Amino acid sequence: MNNIAGSRSALVWIVNLCVLGLVCLWLFPTFGLFVSSFRTADQIATSGWWRAMFASEQNLTLRTAPPESQVQQGDLYVIEGNLFGDNPDAVISVWGVSSRDIDAYTPGETAELRRGGEITVQADGGYRLVNTEAFEGNRGPRVFVTATTPPELTFQNYKNILFDPANVDGMAKAFFNTLTVTIPATIIPILVAAFAAYALAWMDFPGRALLIAAVVGLLVVPLQLALIPLLKLHLGVGIGKSYLGIWLAHTGFGLPLAIYLLRNYMAGLPRDIIENARVDGATDFQIFTKIILPLSFPALASFAIFQFLWTWNDLLVAKVFLIDASGQTTVMTAQIVELMGTRGGNWEILATAAFVSIAVPLLVFFAMQKYLVRGLLAGSVK
Amino acid sequence: MSPALQGLMTIVIGVVGCVGYFYLSNQFLDKVLYPARGPNAGRNINRANLIRPWLFLFPALFALGLYLAYPVVETLRLSLTDRVPGGGYEWVGLRNYQQMMQEPKFWEAMRNNMLWLIVVPALSTAFGLLAAQLTDRIRWGNLAKSLIFMPMAISFVGAAVIWKLVYDTRPVEQDQIGVLNAIYMALGGAEPQTWLTTPFWNSFFLMIVLIWIQTGFAMVILSAALRGIPEETVEAAIVDGANPFQIFFKIKVPQIKNTILVVWTTITITVLKVFDIVFAMTNGQWETQVLANYMFDKLFRANDWGVGSASAIVIMILVMPILVWNVRNARAEMK
Repeated sequence: MNNIAGSRSALVWIVNLCVLGLVCLWLFPTFGLFVSSFRTADQIATSGWWRAMFASEQNLTLRTAPPESQVQQGDLYVIEGNLFGDNPDAVISVWGVSSRDIDAYTPGETAELRRGGEITVQADGGYRLVNTEAFEGNRGPRVFVTATTPPELTFQNYKNILFDPANVDGMAKAFFNTLTVTIPATIIPILVAAFAAYALAWMDFPGRALLIAAVVGLLVVPLQLALIPLLKLHLGVGIGKSYLGIWLAHTGFGLPLAIYLLRNYMAGLPRDIIENARVDGATDFQIFTKIILPLSFPALASFAIFQFLWTWNDLLVAKVFLIDASGQTTVMTAQIVELMGTRGGNWEILATAAFVSIAVPLLVFFAMQKYLVRGLLAGSVK
Repeated sequence: MSPALQGLMTIVIGVVGCVGYFYLSNQFLDKVLYPARGPNAGRNINRANLIRPWLFLFPALFALGLYLAYPVVETLRLSLTDRVPGGGYEWVGLRNYQQMMQEPKFWEAMRNNMLWLIVVPALSTAFGLLAAQLTDRIRWGNLAKSLIFMPMAISFVGAAVIWKLVYDTRPVEQDQIGVLNAIYMALGGAEPQTWLTTPFWNSFFLMIVLIWIQTGFAMVILSAALRGIPEETVEAAIVDGANPFQIFFKIKVPQIKNTILVVWTTITITVLKVFDIVFAMTNGQWETQVLANYMFDKLFRANDWGVGSASAIVIMILVMPILVWNVRNARAEMK
């Protein structure tokens, strides 16, 4: 459209590539965590997630079967088996019998053991241990292999995190706690705000402009200021740290945006409809419930999504107004922070826990993106 | 009672309570207090209409006052007092502020916050503008937009986990599992870096997380603004022989200047309140402290409400110019 003919196709290519690069850059980190949540602890710890799609080469230390499984063949004592046990998909490239020399032999070759005897290892992990005397001790000798293992993705992490009631790091309880916080905290402010927004948009009274200005001002007041005074208040009136407390807090903090969004939307509705209804004798209450509320559905949906995302993802308000020393009411965000402290290196737990908490907002996001964008456009103070 | 049931009951009580309040108070006004009948019907209707707006507004005003306006005043008061052991408060004037000013951690938080305030809004807006302009002209633009926009839905805590994996460090002899170190080593780095514990630069690695989240927001708003630019201005520039860069910087950007400013200030406010990212990733260690986390530390770890409130007031003062600007804009728009 705004290019001169001729330079167009090259430029379009460059633009496409730039956007592709940008999108990859933005998607890459999340995708990494997503892939990691399907890998086993060993895999995550030994190789980068971007290797998960390909067969990975790993250095493994394995043991043969113990001496008690030896059989006598003629005058030889023999132990046979497979180093990889039940999972013989791996392919050995080199191997060794000493930790200082792990790539001394190729598959098919035979190595002398220090404790006597010889071992032959095949590429598929099959081995044959031969000695003229009986093997002793209760463990088989160590074999160091460099093997290429095929990619393996597992749902086990999710099973452990979500469905294992014995798991103290489990997220099931926190998931329901988050849900319990979120739903009332999303629904209640909508109703309160809708009535106020109608009054600010379509009723005439002294001080209206001042109130709208006040709402715009409160829109940016950092909620940090509210923590101590309100906690004091909640403790004073006996609500304490509880679900009721956090529902009220989220309602209060969400109201300015709700009123602002809904007022802007309602003020844009056609004046004729409302005046006709007035002439026909409808009361304000009827106009509001029968006309304004159904027409405002897009704005209501926008705010509902905002409030849902915000309450679901919130950490600070939950830490201050809900989570007490018992830890029974912890929400997912708080639990993840906890896990980052206690399980900092266990990425299979962290990645899975994080993804359990991210999944729901992502679903909402992709399903209701239209309303979210509309709300953003209306909600940023112009 | 199980919380789920309690939640359900709260929804029902909340919704029924709200609707009931509005319905009954309106009925009371119209039927009992000022009925539109009898000799004073006209006067009654006028009086009822004077009162009705306040019936509609009351619950919202009450909640706003209690949960946002009152705390501002109360925090100001708390910042000027100290708790006396055994209960009660003691007026100490500005001593909490003095004490805070003498703490190196506070100045570290201030310095970092200033850095955040410069870097994050600037880069988020720049990337947002770039993404908006580029995606506007290609066929799969909407898909690209929603993918760049996606981090908006991810919690700060979730983002912290995501980026901690990116920044992960393993000893030099092992395979790196963090992307950043893997790239760094592949480019010939000698030692894997511990990105989050190297002072000064680690703050920037935290900022990247917020930029990653906020770019989508900037992009969505700016993209709408770009589409609102009158076609003729661009066409005229093409006719005059402007190249695409000139069109972008000299024709388009000046026309969406106001929107850029709005995006900038909105992200600035988010930055001032940033807490979760720092709390989850470094907890202010290794010189990454920021004001919001400093405040949380003071309030809930050191249990020093005086200094904690004082630092909250500092955040409020920093927000103030934007608050005033927003209010003035909103009022100008209504006239």
